[in-house]
Amino acid sequence: MIKKHIRELVILSGKGGTGKTSITASFAVLADKAVLADCDVDASDLHLLLKPEVEQRHVFSSGHEANIDQIECTGCGLCLDVCRFDAVRTNGTKYWIDPVACEGCGVCVRFCAAEAIDFPERHCGEWMISDTRCGPMVHAHLGIAAENSGKLVSTVREQALALAVKKQIPLIISDGPPGIGCPVIASLSGVSLALVVTEPSVSGLHDLQRVLALARHFSVPTAVCVNKWNINSQQADRIEAAARSAGAGTTSRIRYDRSVTEAQLQQKAVVEMDTAVADDIRQVWRQVSQML
Amino acid sequence: MAVEGIKKAVRIAVASGKGGTGKTMVSLNLAAMFGQPVQLADCDVEEPNVNLFLRCELFDRREVTMLFPEVDVIRCTGCGACAKLCQFHGIVSLGARTLVFPELCHGCGGCLRICPTGAITERPHLIGQVAVGQHGNIRFLEGRLEVGVSVVPPVIRAVRELLLDDIPAILDAPPGTSCSVVATLRESDYVLLVTDPTPFGLHDLKLAVATVRQLKLPCAIVVNRAGEDQVGLYHYCRTEKLPVLLSLSDDRQIAEVTSRGDLVARALPEYGLMFAELAAKLKQELLTAGCQL
Repeated sequence: MIKKHIRELVILSGKGGTGKTSITASFAVLADKAVLADCDVDASDLHLLLKPEVEQRHVFSSGHEANIDQIECTGCGLCLDVCRFDAVRTNGTKYWIDPVACEGCGVCVRFCAAEAIDFPERHCGEWMISDTRCGPMVHAHLGIAAENSGKLVSTVREQALALAVKKQIPLIISDGPPGIGCPVIASLSGVSLALVVTEPSVSGLHDLQRVLALARHFSVPTAVCVNKWNINSQQADRIEAAARSAGAGTTSRIRYDRSVTEAQLQQKAVVEMDTAVADDIRQVWRQVSQML
Repeated sequence: MAVEGIKKAVRIAVASGKGGTGKTMVSLNLAAMFGQPVQLADCDVEEPNVNLFLRCELFDRREVTMLFPEVDVIRCTGCGACAKLCQFHGIVSLGARTLVFPELCHGCGGCLRICPTGAITERPHLIGQVAVGQHGNIRFLEGRLEVGVSVVPPVIRAVRELLLDDIPAILDAPPGTSCSVVATLRESDYVLLVTDPTPFGLHDLKLAVATVRQLKLPCAIVVNRAGEDQVGLYHYCRTEKLPVLLSLSDDRQIAEVTSRGDLVARALPEYGLMFAELAAKLKQELLTAGCQL
């Protein structure tokens, strides 16, 4: 399998909690053969349904962080002046770096006259290659309050692609993060199709429009699926109309059903249970696999 | 945090870990039932939703910009000092040419400072907008990221800078635990974590609690869509000594009212009472934690 023949589907939403992970897990079960990638690296949940057996575990280091050596520091305060991220803290005599605020730009390190600032590599989390009942999976978790979620997402995607090439698997299915910022851009750019899962609410519509604009910005084809449609069917109509006028495709709808939570509790994908909502998701999968 | 002189009014961040647990719904209804003038800041700048509910006119719109470098090709000698300093490959030296990649630039200003010939200047680029509105007792602030921009924290900082010091503030945070959440929680005094009793909800709550503890902030829990607790959420909260200030039942009416963009506390009076009670309990917690109302 060469890279250009591998299709990549990412499930996004804009708004959080619309059902991305439940739908991704169901697609993983329904797809004949796929590599799974969990790109929601700071609150990843796909592993709770797919119960991966970890085969490889890698430390994710990205960038550096500044650290003031209190013995070498002369207290001149230049670091405070040059830092644009409000990361240098002082009590008037002593200076230190707030690791949470430090962006790792290295400007203080370079300009410190006493060369008193260390700049070690920053460990931001870890990524793993695992085996699941639905095929191989690449997943990660970002360290608590860590930076560089976009780079970790890119790492997950690169590893998923390498795995697809190696194992001759023609499809990658990614569970994306919410929002439209850095990790979403890292999940979205260059994929074959983004399926945007939304819910029929004013927030769902608003957030959908921003994700669709982002996908247009990166020239990624999109399809929209309204989940929990029966919470507000008029809003579901409005959302589908908005999707079409933004040039996105639409799929059939998925109903709101408490059995989705029941599946979570049993660590199953929704389609592994015999329910009406499972049929809805099967229908969506048939349509999405046609679009890929 | 870190206040000198006059004590500022409390800043309460509403966060969650998992998306879609009801942060915005809780922030809005808490603000509506706060019982005194309050500020409500929409810090979920990637997907700001608060004003879909308040529908207030926004004034005092301001652009949020970031400074990106520009290279004067005549002055640039191609020495490469800027590229060597840059940790993000935002500026790259290719022989005599120096190229800037704004999408990678963090705006640290290091290249400008290091350039020996003064060939680098900075120009502001639009990354988002902030605006202010008023809805009854609520002073509303919103940040909105430009679509296609990846750097989120500066827009959140711009929202925080608009907060007044003498009125309590509720900050509606983005989901997750990464830098945009930290940008919201930093310099807050108290955190309300909203979750639901599902496996995803509990898993992500634990991540959120770890983040809050790393920042050394006190916090309490609001449980949304509370039905039968099959995951041991309440047991976890008791073990971790996290007070549960409100449990909202898994009532379809809440979802319906919220889907239309209405406030639960106003459309469903019984829930209005519950949010008033939440405000009262929260104020008690805040006073205990030494916060100023």
